[in-house]
Amino acid sequence: MYCKAPAGVTNMSDLLAARSQMGMSLAFHIIFAVVGIGMPVLMVVAESRWHRTGDAVYLDLAKRWAKGTAILFAVGAVSGTVLSFELGLLWPEFMRFGGAIIGMPFSLEGFAFFTEAIFLGVYLYGWDRIAVSTHIAAGTIVAISGAASAVFVVIANAWMNTPRGFDILDGKPVNVDPIAAMFTPAAFPEVLHMVLAAYTATGFAVAGIHAFLLLRDNRNAFHRRALSVALLVGVPAAIAQPFSGDISARYVARWQPAKLAAAEGQFRTERRAPLRVGGIPDEAARETRYALEIPRGLSLLAFHDPDAEVKGLEAFPESDWPPVAPVHYAFQIMVGLGTYMALVAIWALITRWRKRQPAENRWLLRAIAVAAPMGFICIEAGWTVTEVGRQPWIVYEIVRTADAVTPMPGLVVPFVVFTLLYLFLGAIVVWLLSRHVMGSPRVAEAEAEPAAGRAL
Amino acid sequence: MESLLTLPNVLAGLTMVALNAYVLFGGADFGGGVWDLLASGERREQQRELITHAIGPIWEANHVWLVLVVVLLFTCFPPVFATLSILLHIPLALMLIGIVLRGSAFTFRSYGSEHDAEQRRWGRLFAIASLLTPVLLGISIGAIASGGVGGAMRLDRARGASDFAELYVAPWLTPFSVGVGVLALALFAFLAAVYLTVEAGDERLREDFRARALWGALAVFVVAFVVLIIALATDTHVGPGLTRSAWAIPFHAATGVAALWAIWALWARRFRTARVAAAAQVTLILWGWVLGQYPYLIPPTVTIDAAAAPERTLNLTLWALALGAMVLFPSLAYLFRVFKGRPEAFERME
Ligand code: HDD
Ligand code: HEM
Ligand code: HEM
Repeated sequence: MYCKAPAGVTNMSDLLAARSQMGMSLAFHIIFAVVGIGMPVLMVVAESRWHRTGDAVYLDLAKRWAKGTAILFAVGAVSGTVLSFELGLLWPEFMRFGGAIIGMPFSLEGFAFFTEAIFLGVYLYGWDRIAVSTHIAAGTIVAISGAASAVFVVIANAWMNTPRGFDILDGKPVNVDPIAAMFTPAAFPEVLHMVLAAYTATGFAVAGIHAFLLLRDNRNAFHRRALSVALLVGVPAAIAQPFSGDISARYVARWQPAKLAAAEGQFRTERRAPLRVGGIPDEAARETRYALEIPRGLSLLAFHDPDAEVKGLEAFPESDWPPVAPVHYAFQIMVGLGTYMALVAIWALITRWRKRQPAENRWLLRAIAVAAPMGFICIEAGWTVTEVGRQPWIVYEIVRTADAVTPMPGLVVPFVVFTLLYLFLGAIVVWLLSRHVMGSPRVAEAEAEPAAGRAL
Repeated sequence: MESLLTLPNVLAGLTMVALNAYVLFGGADFGGGVWDLLASGERREQQRELITHAIGPIWEANHVWLVLVVVLLFTCFPPVFATLSILLHIPLALMLIGIVLRGSAFTFRSYGSEHDAEQRRWGRLFAIASLLTPVLLGISIGAIASGGVGGAMRLDRARGASDFAELYVAPWLTPFSVGVGVLALALFAFLAAVYLTVEAGDERLREDFRARALWGALAVFVVAFVVLIIALATDTHVGPGLTRSAWAIPFHAATGVAALWAIWALWARRFRTARVAAAAQVTLILWGWVLGQYPYLIPPTVTIDAAAAPERTLNLTLWALALGAMVLFPSLAYLFRVFKGRPEAFERME
């Protein structure tokens, strides 16, 4: 079929296929990775509460969550393995250029994976083999190493956004300093925002599911306790997220002005730039139409100075523009849903301060239930801002994505194959979880109802 | 003779140690899948159960060794990683599909379903994926060892452009590489059967796997012999390395001794000894390849020194490995103590 395809000449559809495959694989992996970061925390909290109070519903909760987590974790591990190969299968020239520079965080991440996988094995299979406190300790190690692996891999991504730690000589990196490459301007904001995102997303997804079930079955002790544990993790993270997003936005404004301009649909360079809510960016006409404009809002948010100058896309050659519309829409989605979750989180917090039960407030339950998928949507959207907003660069202003792709033609084939594979896996996972994890708490209801009480 | 203990050599060696660990631990998990597929006789279900119990808690940890190999390769030898990823795209991508299906099908079976028919369907998928993955891993290694990849690199450079099949298929679809693929499968199955003799609590179950281990040993012997013939008969890079280098004779002798030792131990029902011997045999085969092609990473084109990352990267990676090892080995020891120390525990659980 590809008999005479010339090697070394990249054609556009191959590049597009490679980008799509990478984006698809990452978008798939991140869901499971986030669960792998968040769920261990929820399980450890639940098990500790059981250990402290003797309330068996918490143990039931931890066990049931563990079952779901086992399935999700396995898919996360295999899809992560695919990714580490794909770095080479799709972007060999990127790795040739950057492997020695960003290998460090990946190596450290490797050991985080080891401790995570090892203690997850101990946690999942060790319920009856080790003491309770040891079991909780194993869960804690899983939680810590999950967060650590996120930290390390995001540090590698931060280097792609703000490359440091080397000089360029004849197109090749020299004076490589892997430590400097880990501490780039993007590293702290991205890491903070991602780790909080993982807790927000898992916390709200679990809280949302149980809030939904409480709306139908309000006295169920299982769901009440689940809701309280999930909110404990999700609420603080959701409230912190806009602040962390602000830190991210300011680093982007300073170091990747084209990405900020795309995210905001800002075509002109101007002082007192407005903040746009919504709107349809028109690349050809170089304007964003129908947006609600808040005067000076962008200058204020991006530089904390209402008079600051914001660079628009016009400051860059068009060949260096990222695709504006997807970045703009993705950014609006993230900020919109993020604001909603933060407000709901504050509502839940106030409810607790006033010594009320979130479970007693049907409107709050509805608000939480609606938020169930939002954290994950925010994460996909946020990564779209980061990754698509970095285009056309794979290493910002140093290596173009088009120059990094593999010379092998026919890349649409692996793209289609892996997409089908992941669709299949995704469907199975949803089906298994809905049948075995969501369907089960009716048992708990029967067992736990008498002892349920008011305790939260 | 210059020192062998240069920084690039040490890191290349450690990468191979990681591969070695993957083969011994992860490989056996794939081998388990083979015996799941071939489970037979009246104790068929018990055999499958033993395999599931043996793999369950540890396969994810074992799997990380492969990730470590990849990471070490692109950190310490980036051009090698780039070249292998380009020219071996097809077998590596197929191998990944196998890895994905194996891992997820195994988990779906253990955690997902209670229905027998459904369990069996996942079990089938798990077993078939376990069969394919080692073959593709072996093919990839065979393609490197035989000089197929190195040859394609030259072709690419010489002509600038080339035929799809010539660049992306021919380097790995050779009798030798496929032979190495089958050898990898036989070795993994052999390892798994030997390990399972130790893990089995029940006497008859142990005998089942003893028989399988002996058949596995025979299969390894036959396939290895065929691969050797192909290597000598065809124009591969391995032939000379295998037979002529200074390492060759002692290595072949040691490998042969380990193989006989494993068979003897199985025969004598000294299962723990057999486990050590089988692991030694597989390890020696792997290092026979590594040393056979030294100092090349991709024979006959890319040497370890030519591909090595800057010294500072290598140095830091070495430190990271040392640090990581201090966390890893106690954790691994703990994992295996909790789950592998007491074979009879499985019986108690039933
Ligand atoms: C629960 C998830 C979540 C929520 C509620 C938010 N974000 Fe976010 N955001 C992410 C999840 C996320 C992310 C998916 O995790 C990203 C992608 C890369 C990163 O570091 O975090 C991200 C990236 C990201 C970036 C780009 C950083 C870069 O390119 O490196 C900016 C500027 C913001 N976010 C800003 C915000 C603001 C102002 C929010 C206010 C509500 C917000 N985010 C809520
Ligand atoms: C897991 C969350 C992530 C998601 C959802 C994500 C999403 C994406 C998307 C959509 C693309 C395609 C962009 C385009 O070509 O228009 C992409 C590209 C890429 N991403 Fe990410 N990304 C994530 C994290 C990371 C991390 C942590 C790394 C690195 C260590 C990374 C490395 C890459 C590379 C190498 C490419 C290909 C080159 C490019 O298109 O620039 N990504 N990602
Ligand atoms: C922001 C993006 C990412 C985050 C937060 C993240 C986090 C995680 C976490 C927590 C796990 C543990 C397994 C699980 O929970 O299912 C995991 C697994 C894995 N990830 Fe990612 N990851 C990200 C992107 C990537 C990228 C870009 C790569 C490779 C290039 C990668 C490679 C892997 C590998 C190899 C595993 C498997 C480890 C094992 O076998 O246990 N990840 N990831």
